[in-house]
Amino acid sequence: MSILVYTENWDGKFKKLSYELVSYGKGIADMMGTSLIVISIGDVDQGELKKLGDYGSDKIIEVKNGKLNHLINSAYSSIISQVAEKEGATVVILSNNFTGKALAPRVSVKLKAGLVSGVNAMPSSTDPFIVQKKTFTGKAFANVKINSVNKILTLAQNSYGIKETENKARIESFEPQLSDNDFRTEVKDVKKVTGKVLLTDAEIVVSGGRGMKGPENWGPIEELAGLLGAATACSRPVSDKGWRPHEEHTGQTGKIIAPNLYIAAGISGAIQHLAGVSSSKCIVAINKDHEAPIFEAADYGVIGDVQKVLPDLIEAVKEFKSEN
Amino acid sequence: MKILICISNVPDTTTKIRFVNDNKAFDTNGVQWIINPWDELALTRALELKEGSGGKIEKVSVISVGSHGAEPTLRKALAIGADDAIRINAEPKDAYFVASQIAAAIKDEGYDMIIAGIESSDYNGSAVGGMIAELLSIPNVSSVSKIDVEGDNVVLKREIDGGSEVLATQLPFVAIIQKGVALEPRIPSMRGIMMARQKPLKVVEPVETESLTEFVDFSLPPAKAACKMVDPENMKELVNLLHTEAKVL
Ligand SMILES: Cc1cc2nc3c(=O)[nH]c(=O)nc-3n(C[C@H](O)[C@H](O)[C@H](O)COP(=O)(O)OP(=O)(O)OC[C@H]3O[C@@H](n4cnc5c(N)ncnc54)[C@H](O)[C@@H]3O)c2cc1C
Ligand SMILES: Nc1ncnc2c1ncn2[C@@H]1O[C@H](COP(=O)(O)O)[C@@H](O)[C@H]1O
Repeated sequence: MSILVYTENWDGKFKKLSYELVSYGKGIADMMGTSLIVISIGDVDQGELKKLGDYGSDKIIEVKNGKLNHLINSAYSSIISQVAEKEGATVVILSNNFTGKALAPRVSVKLKAGLVSGVNAMPSSTDPFIVQKKTFTGKAFANVKINSVNKILTLAQNSYGIKETENKARIESFEPQLSDNDFRTEVKDVKKVTGKVLLTDAEIVVSGGRGMKGPENWGPIEELAGLLGAATACSRPVSDKGWRPHEEHTGQTGKIIAPNLYIAAGISGAIQHLAGVSSSKCIVAINKDHEAPIFEAADYGVIGDVQKVLPDLIEAVKEFKSEN
Repeated sequence: MKILICISNVPDTTTKIRFVNDNKAFDTNGVQWIINPWDELALTRALELKEGSGGKIEKVSVISVGSHGAEPTLRKALAIGADDAIRINAEPKDAYFVASQIAAAIKDEGYDMIIAGIESSDYNGSAVGGMIAELLSIPNVSSVSKIDVEGDNVVLKREIDGGSEVLATQLPFVAIIQKGVALEPRIPSMRGIMMARQKPLKVVEPVETESLTEFVDFSLPPAKAACKMVDPENMKELVNLLHTEAKVL
C-alpha cells in the first residue's frame, strides 16, 4: 500500500501547488501509516526533482519522454495508473485545476477508484474513507465516503498549507508502456502567459469590475498588482467587453481562486462572481455604493471612488514597502 | 457528423442552498431546475456548428441521466434547438454511475463528438466527461474554450494552467468545455418551444452499474464576520490592518 501524488511543473520548475499536494499526501500517508510516492512527468532536472523530498515524499518517480512535452490526457492518465499499479498505491492525489480535471476522471476509471474532486481538508477518517469537498460552487461543503478499494482525490488549490520535513527521498525513473492509441490528440500551437504571476497560483490578486469604467483605467490595478507581486483578475462583464483578457475572468463561469488576499475594485459582488473568490482568506472591497453586496463578503471595505482610492492605496503600499 | 451533449439538470445558480434530513440531503423545495450553464453553452455552440456545416453535421442530440423530473430541462434543450433527447431513467448516484450509464447507452450510436461541461454547478464533480471518454477508450480534450469544425477535422482551443493550446483530435472524442465556446447561451424562441413538443424524447432504462462514492452529509460555511469599514481618506490604515490584523501583507 502507498499514496501517490501527481505533481506539475511549469517550464521545468515545480508549481507551488505541487508542494501543497505533496504536503497533503504526506498527511494522508501518516494517517494511514504508509509511504508517499510522487510522480513527475516531463523535463525537470535532478536538483528541482530533489525538492519534492523536502515535503515528505519517500520516493520520486520521474518519467521523461520527448512525446510527453504537452499534456496528452490519455497518455498521462495511463502513466499515472501504471505507476499506481506498480507501487500498489491505493490513494492517488492530483490538483483540482485544469490538469487534474483532465486526468483524474480517466485514472478513476482505469483503477476503478472512487473520485472526490475539490477536497479541501484531510480525510476525517480513512476507514471508512471520508473526506470533505466543496459543493454548490463554494456555497456549501459535503462529506463524501469512498466505497472502492482504490481512491482518487483532487485537492482544491490553496486549501492546504505547505509543510517541510526532513528529506530522505530517492529518485527513480520509470519507462511507461504507451501505444499510438494514447496519442490521438495533437497539440498544434501553444500560447504561454509569460512574465506574469499566474492567477491560480497567486497569493494576492487585484481585480477590477465594471466600476473601473474602461480598459484605459487599468493602470492603477496593474501598478498595485506589480507592487504586491499579485496577479490581476476581473469580473465577467469586463472580459466579455474585451477590456481584459478572458483568462482573467473569475467567478462561477471563470476561474475559481483562493488567494490570501483578494482586492475587488468596482465590483458589485454578484453571487456568480463571489462563487469564484469567496474562498479567499481576506477580501478587500472598494466600491462607491455602500449597499453593494460585495461588502457582505468582504473583510475590509472602503466606500469611495476607485479613481481616487486606488492611487491612495498605491501610495500607502509604497510607503509600507519602503519601511518593511 | 453527429454531436451529443450531456446535460446535467441543476438548481438555478441563484438558489439559496439549504439541507434537510439532518443535513443529509439538499433541500429541493421550491428549487427552479435549469440546464447546467456549461452544457447550455455546449448546446449553443453545437447548434452554431450544425447551422454552419452545410448539412455535414446531421444531428445534435442531448442526453441526461435523471428521473422523470429532469424532463422539463431536456424539453428546454429541445426548444433551444436540439434534434432529439434521451433520458436514462435513473437517479444520478455519482459520476462513475452516470458516466457508465451514458457510455453503455451510446457505445453503438456512432456519435463523433460528445460534449460535457467542466463541472455540474451543484456537486462540482468535474468527472463525467473524462470518465465517458475512458469508458469508451476515446480521447478527451478538456477545458475547451473554442471548437471549430474545418472539413472533417475538429480544431479546439484548450486553456491550460498558464496559457492556452490549439489541438487537433481524431474522432470520435469527448470535448469537456468551459466558458468561451459560445458567448451567450441561446434562448428558446416561441417557435422552438412549440416544436419541442413534437421532437423525440426517448426514455431508456439504466444498465446494472455500481457507484463508487456517496454523500454522507453537508454543511454551510461559517457565517462571515461583519466587514470592517476603513476611511477612504486613510489608506495607510488599510495597509496597516492588512499587515498586522489580517497578516496578508
Ligand atoms: C449563469 C451566470 C454566470 C455568471 N458568471 C459570472 C462569473 O463567473 N463571474 C462574474 O464576475 N460574473 C458572472 N456573472 C455575472 C454577474 O451576475 C454580474 O453581472 C457581474 O459579476 C457584475 O460585474 P461587475 O461587478 O463588474 O459589474 P456591476 O454589477 O455593474 O458592478 C459595478 C460596481 O462598481 C461600482 N462602481 C461604479 N463606479 C465606481 C467608481 N467610480 N468607484 C467605485 N465603485 C464604482 C458600482 O457601485 C457597482 O457595485 C454570471 C451571470 C450569470 C447569469
Ligand atoms: N446526470 C447527468 N446526465 C447527463 N450528463 C451529466 C450528468 N451529470 C453530469 N453530466 C455531464 O458531465 C458534466 C460534468 O459534470 P460533473 O462531473 O457532475 O461535474 C456536466 O456538465 C454534464 O455535461
